[in-house]
Amino acid sequence: MSEAATVHDNPTGFSHQFEDLEQQREAGRLGMWVFLATEVLFFGGMFAAYTVYRSLHPMAFDIGSHLLDVRFGATNTAVLICSSLTMALAIRSAQTGKKKGTIIWWLVLTMLLGATFLFLKFRFEWYHDYIEHTIPGFGFHNLPQWGANAPQVQMFMCFYFFMTGLHALHMIVGIGVLAVLTGMAGRGKFTSQYFAPLEISGLYWHFVDIIWIFLFPLLYLAGGRYPH
Amino acid sequence: MSDSTGHHASHATHEVHEHIVPVSTYVTIFVSLLILTALTTGMAWVDMGRWNLVVALVIAVCKALLVVLFFMHVKYNKGLSRIALVAAVFWLGLLITFTLSDELTRHWEINPLPWAGAILPMFRHLIF
Repeated sequence: MSEAATVHDNPTGFSHQFEDLEQQREAGRLGMWVFLATEVLFFGGMFAAYTVYRSLHPMAFDIGSHLLDVRFGATNTAVLICSSLTMALAIRSAQTGKKKGTIIWWLVLTMLLGATFLFLKFRFEWYHDYIEHTIPGFGFHNLPQWGANAPQVQMFMCFYFFMTGLHALHMIVGIGVLAVLTGMAGRGKFTSQYFAPLEISGLYWHFVDIIWIFLFPLLYLAGGRYPH
Repeated sequence: MSDSTGHHASHATHEVHEHIVPVSTYVTIFVSLLILTALTTGMAWVDMGRWNLVVALVIAVCKALLVVLFFMHVKYNKGLSRIALVAAVFWLGLLITFTLSDELTRHWEINPLPWAGAILPMFRHLIF
């Protein structure tokens, strides 16, 4: 059966193996939450490693944190919070039976905010790190005042790039998911009765936001910005 | 079913009893998240010693709770998904607690094995 025929015959998107649409949505939600639980532990390994090494080398982590620009970290936090709001409003506009143009508008806005986050990260942060030789590996510029902390400063930058890199990868996947959703919305798939794909993708998007909510203070604010 | 827009789900057999969160709630949560972001950023300029980290983490947990409860609808969906959420947080707690309980209670010696002291420095240039 083609996609179009499915929509035509079954405007609610209801699959026959479920008792009712509510049970179907509950199953979808549970599936996404179980996936997010695995994601928590996926990122959790890095957070655990970060905790161990920060407790072993607090000085080096303070120095490393000062290599990052708080302005971009804070701006990107705000950008992601905005994108979470627009995502929630996209789902809400489907729930309340708004026209598909409204759903598409919120989804496109969410994608644009996600792209803004990535643009700031790549163009102003990682590119700056490349210019300043603060990317771990060959050519990493150790400053003399770091003294014996220098190797551990490099390790902090490893944590920074792996954690924000994995997060950025999740953002890219999320923008891809939103693009698919925008296409589905354009074909009129979503109604006030059927919006499960929007809802569970929203869970993923908000989860990625939460990861950043923890990355921002741990990476950018470690060691504080007051005079030492 | 509270519905501020006046829309009524009308499918006869498969009606979805969905709590629709008012826009005002979303905007309130959004503004709270922005204020907490500004607060946690500002606190970095206040010297509180080791409490800086504690305050930053408490604010982060508050922000995460707001997102989970309202944007991810956990406050409104009292279903199985909560079990997955609790399981995730519980296992993350296990992961970090047991890793730290090992790491922080080890007795570190400078050179526990003579061969390690002799051989490992030969590979130092590969690591650093």
